[in-house]
Amino acid sequence: MEGIVSYGGYIPRLRIDRKLIYQAVGWLNPATFMKGEKAVANFDEDSLTMGVAAGIECLKGVDRAGVDALYFACTTPPYAERQNAEIAATALDLKSRIRSADFTGTLKAGTTALLSALDAVKAGTMNSVLVCSADQRMGKPGSAQEEIFGDGAAAILMGSENVTAQFLGSFSVSYDFSDHWRSSGSIFDRQWEDRFIRDVGYTKFVVEVLQGLAIECGISADQITKVIYPCLYAADFKKIARTLKISDQQIVEPLLGQIGFTGTPDPFIHLAMALDQSKPGDRIAVVGFGAGADAVLFEVTENIEKSRGSRRSVGHYLENKRQLDGYEKMISFRNLLPMEKGIRGESIPPTAMSALWRNRDQVLGLYGSQCRACGTPQFPAQRICVKPNCGAVDQMVPYRFSDKKGTLFTFTGDYLAFCTNPPSIYGVVDFEGGGRYQFDLTDVELENVKVSMPLEMSFRKKYLDERAGIHGYFWKAVPAMS
Amino acid sequence: MAEGIKDKVAIIGMGCTKFGERWEAGVEDLIVEAFMEALEDAGIEKKDLGAAWFGSCYDEIGSGKTAMPLSLTLKLPFLPVTRVENYCATGTEALRGAVYAVASGAYDICLALGAEKLKDTGFGGLPEFAGQLGTKNRLILPTLSAPGGFAMMATRYFSKYGLSPEEGKEILAMISAKSHQNGSKNPKAHLRREISVDQVMKAPMVAWPLGLFDCCGVSDGAAAAIVCRADMAKSFRPDPVYVKSMQIAVSSGEEMMYTDWDASHVQSATVCAARAYEEAGIKNPREEISMMEVHDCFSITELVAYEDLRISERGKAGNDVRDGFFNLDGRIPCQPDGGLKCFGHPIGASGLRMMYEMYKQLQGKAGERQIADPRLGLTHNMGGFPSMNLISMAIVGL
Repeated sequence: MEGIVSYGGYIPRLRIDRKLIYQAVGWLNPATFMKGEKAVANFDEDSLTMGVAAGIECLKGVDRAGVDALYFACTTPPYAERQNAEIAATALDLKSRIRSADFTGTLKAGTTALLSALDAVKAGTMNSVLVCSADQRMGKPGSAQEEIFGDGAAAILMGSENVTAQFLGSFSVSYDFSDHWRSSGSIFDRQWEDRFIRDVGYTKFVVEVLQGLAIECGISADQITKVIYPCLYAADFKKIARTLKISDQQIVEPLLGQIGFTGTPDPFIHLAMALDQSKPGDRIAVVGFGAGADAVLFEVTENIEKSRGSRRSVGHYLENKRQLDGYEKMISFRNLLPMEKGIRGESIPPTAMSALWRNRDQVLGLYGSQCRACGTPQFPAQRICVKPNCGAVDQMVPYRFSDKKGTLFTFTGDYLAFCTNPPSIYGVVDFEGGGRYQFDLTDVELENVKVSMPLEMSFRKKYLDERAGIHGYFWKAVPAMS
Repeated sequence: MAEGIKDKVAIIGMGCTKFGERWEAGVEDLIVEAFMEALEDAGIEKKDLGAAWFGSCYDEIGSGKTAMPLSLTLKLPFLPVTRVENYCATGTEALRGAVYAVASGAYDICLALGAEKLKDTGFGGLPEFAGQLGTKNRLILPTLSAPGGFAMMATRYFSKYGLSPEEGKEILAMISAKSHQNGSKNPKAHLRREISVDQVMKAPMVAWPLGLFDCCGVSDGAAAAIVCRADMAKSFRPDPVYVKSMQIAVSSGEEMMYTDWDASHVQSATVCAARAYEEAGIKNPREEISMMEVHDCFSITELVAYEDLRISERGKAGNDVRDGFFNLDGRIPCQPDGGLKCFGHPIGASGLRMMYEMYKQLQGKAGERQIADPRLGLTHNMGGFPSMNLISMAIVGL
């Protein structure tokens, strides 16, 4: 049996009330008004960090050494060259003997990556393939896309053992349908007229692939428990349901008013949410839309309860939120508003790529070492044990800190050191099981930081060296989510 | 059996520039100013020097690397010159080099000079640390500043001793106010305005819980010492100052990477103090030390130093602060010249500037800051952060 072994979603903590966007730039085109809020990546998050966060969620309780491939599906990867999937694989501590690939260029890249993963599993080439998907798409200030697009990620582990949702079939169509596009080097999405997208895109392709899927799998619409498909136009979303004879109970309501349209990971986020609420025997159809569409059908197995384990549900991330207090902050986080950094903020020391290579497990994977003689975990990795009165030489074994919880030993909120969102909050983390080091803190406000607060580690963007075109990544401490 | 350094070397001449934002002065000007004063004070000539030690920390924005900036500027006659750097303890490190060289018998007279030109960065505070800590650290260390690194010690100190931020900040404010009082009496000090405890408490935040007046001045300056064999010192002047101990202790890494350290003291300082007192033959520092210049880069650094140096009991330094124990008219005046806080902190010069004040006080030449009959002066100079650092100490007396 092949299918979904595990899954996990990730929604960044920040939300912006669309009223704030509208107040700032709504004057340009009053028709852009939208209700609700959308998820906004923090200044130190991007598609890659969110994809890793979703991957961490998905891999909870899974043996990482058993993963044979990582596919990263994303239309907004930080690197055009230097494989994003491989950076994620190192961060996720997957073994080096894996296949890694970036799937990009269309919003259906996620479902396509998933089907490619499935093919490899079915062929017996691989036992287990992780598909991470994330996007941080940008609309121009004052555009409807700016209101619609939200940031998020989700990951799905495909495999043939301990399957929680069995693959029943798929149906794909591929068209050069230019509802929207973005040329190389451009950061903003452009799109054609809404009516064209609605009448020729969603209402045709979504229907086409779901009907094709039903025929392929030999089932009718009423035999499917939940149907996930996108349509940014509310009336037409319902029209598609009517055309396909899908009832309200079968529909998975899009999270447009809560997190926005997240792009490539959107079908996965909704699939994860449907799986969170599913029971064995449920059948879930999911559509990835873009340059045509993919439709995939799964049936939930008896393993679903067990697989949820300690994983956080999508609903958990929906509730764990904080309102961004200004539109300008949102666009400055995305580097769309040239903010004064000061001379101090402009001085970024060069990144030694050879040093990064040598220390990749420590920097990207947050590996330290543990002394075999005394058992003390330590970060960064040491040759000589740091424990007083031990000092054993070369008795170290690699020790992963990225999945360890910790408590805040001490901290400060620094207004002198440069930070995109001052103050720069950092502190010393004492890890459960031993080990101590100092880390930036993120997703916190200074007034809520307390000595001894529980923390966990999150893969984040540490710096952007615009001159050298380098996105630097490391781990920061965030408040532990219950 | 090692004998230690006590009474083997004497200081016979010192010089110190005015510290401050010396926009008109380059590092060469600062070097010449400090050197000429020291030379004149010692009553010797350049040709009498056997060797020299040059301390500068931020060479990339100041003097440039190597010992050459000192030798080229002073036109030293092909002397053996060594450049040292140990972050903010660089000045004391230069002095230690010169003192040890004389004590070894290799030279009769040596020069130690520290100079720093900090005000060519274009911004307040010290230069960015990220680029200074090596290629690996810049990939993993937080984007931290000096005040932030020390603020974390204040956070922990407050937490450990159950002080509310207001209670803790008030103690720290009294420390800064005291140093401003002393600095106002010092014509060479960078900051010469008295401030109230209330002003310190209400100052803009720099790195929580430290505000603007919890931070020392970032200054340009230079200071110099000329040292010689103890047995020849009186041939130069009647009041040489003798070195009783010079010690340095460097972090082992356990503070940052092992979980024993409580972050409300500086581990290397406790080790350094024990060694320094032993070398100087001091049993009870609270009774025997006459005055101190400690490393008050931030108010919390000074508070913790009182305890690390065993002047105050752990967690009780605040009581001594409240009692005025460290005021100019107190039992052990601390920072009589204004300290880093007000005299200023040109990194490479600071350790020698501390010694300059002890030297002048012991000789009774400290003007309106003069302490009555001091016997032993202590300097405590710290490089790095509380979590990983080095502490350099000197004890001197008549």
